[in-house]
Amino acid sequence: MRLFTNAATGVAALVLLLALPFARRRVLAAARRLAGSDPGDLRLVAWLFVHGVTGPAALLGVVVMLSALGVIWTLRTAETSMAVTLTLSLSMLAIVSLAAGFGHLATRAQARLADLLLHPDTRVRELADAQAAELRRIERDLHDGAQARLISIRMTLGLARSAPDPRGLIEEAWESAGQALTDLRDLVRNIHPPVLADRGLVGALQAAALLCPVPVRLDLDLEGRPEAPVESALYFAATEALSNVAKHSGASSAWVRLTYADGVLRLTVGDDGRGGADPAAGTGLRGIARRLSAFEGTLTVHSPPGGPSELIMELPCALSSPKISLSSGTG
Amino acid sequence: MRVVIAEDLALLRDGLIRLLTTHGFEVLEAVDNGPMLLAALLKHRPDVAVIDVRLPPTHTDEGLRVALEARRRVKGLPVLILSQYVEQLYARELLSDRSGGIGYLLKDRVGDVEQFVESVRSVAAGGTALDSEVVSQLLTRRDDRLAALTPREREVLAMMAEGLSNQAIAGKLVVTDKAIGKHTSNIFAKLGLPPDDDLNRRVMAVLAYLES
Repeated sequence: MRLFTNAATGVAALVLLLALPFARRRVLAAARRLAGSDPGDLRLVAWLFVHGVTGPAALLGVVVMLSALGVIWTLRTAETSMAVTLTLSLSMLAIVSLAAGFGHLATRAQARLADLLLHPDTRVRELADAQAAELRRIERDLHDGAQARLISIRMTLGLARSAPDPRGLIEEAWESAGQALTDLRDLVRNIHPPVLADRGLVGALQAAALLCPVPVRLDLDLEGRPEAPVESALYFAATEALSNVAKHSGASSAWVRLTYADGVLRLTVGDDGRGGADPAAGTGLRGIARRLSAFEGTLTVHSPPGGPSELIMELPCALSSPKISLSSGTG
Repeated sequence: MRVVIAEDLALLRDGLIRLLTTHGFEVLEAVDNGPMLLAALLKHRPDVAVIDVRLPPTHTDEGLRVALEARRRVKGLPVLILSQYVEQLYARELLSDRSGGIGYLLKDRVGDVEQFVESVRSVAAGGTALDSEVVSQLLTRRDDRLAALTPREREVLAMMAEGLSNQAIAGKLVVTDKAIGKHTSNIFAKLGLPPDDDLNRRVMAVLAYLES
């Protein structure tokens, strides 16, 4: 159980912290191994302290609560009235659930704290790396695609200027120009799909569902629009999920649900296919998780062998008020 | 033939005016934004309107919205939407009032002048001219509402959606007009489209195709 491991590693962290002034380098190396991460010395020491205190404290809290049970047990033997027995049993039950709840919350809070202390830098760095790679890809696509075609069109038309019969060359330039447009269109679609700008997340998901070879049932309930980067992240996550459905699930139907409640946007993509999707195995699911994590969002995968599968993407965000519909006045 | 043009980029607007004028169209008005487009459509009631999907002031799908609004007020007003990209969603919305006279083409197609002018005329006559990219997207779907059609009939239906006449389809498939006539009656029968004027049935068949 997490509570015990945390308590044990917490004690280890405390020991390391105490040993720090005497063997700095070796202690830090050991701390890095314990943390499984290298966020820099200062953060590492802060984590040792926080983990050393909260790890054992959480277990201690649970133990104290449970020991109250012993006291009640003793009281019970002294009193036998029905009402008292009932009250005492109920309070024992309350204490047990309180202890369980506290243990659960404490371990979650610890994980969150540790994540904040140990991983914030790597997350930002990963994101920056992904962005830089994306820009490089766009640059390369433009360079090898539309730009190269425009150069070739200019060359062809340059030749046509002085050719006795330029018709063949003009035809060639005309073809190239068409291809350049196709290249640019594909590129734009991958940067920011125009339908997302036009219609927001709901419209873009409707459009994406129409392009999925598997019939998709839609249940989209969203008043207002999230920020553009959030829309974009969820849209690309959804299209990735739908393309997985089409490619791997063998499903005969799929569904997409979008809801917003308590400041959390929740998008579910499900299918009745064969299941067994493993977030650790495919780069697709990892990519979705990475896109979402940039906005503190999470991906949960339910995909038992034999299906059905459901991907639940949750992302905390605020919505702008619904867009005012187009005015039809003249002007 | 009387036409209204809406395109916000001056370069392309002038190009369209020149192209359509040299092919015998009378350009009543060429506007560069949504509200002016709506006013122009209601004032002139042109034989056909050629509209860029993205227009000011919103720079989103304003052209499409205005076209739909105008068709709500003037039933069956023929519109041809041009766009840098095509969405099946928009094609459906355009055809949802089931009254024909709809074109939806990539802007690239304007470069194929003869075919483009042919599409404008066919839309003005109440037909449909859907971009081959919209049509090819439909072919990837695994829906079996059209399963009753033979592969050849699907091919013919796809070309009908692009706005080709029986004669043009016959030319492309290198068969006789009569053979295509037989395919189209089979398609209408299989899709349960009652005898009606041929143009309307063509629009309905295309709609069935889109909604499959």
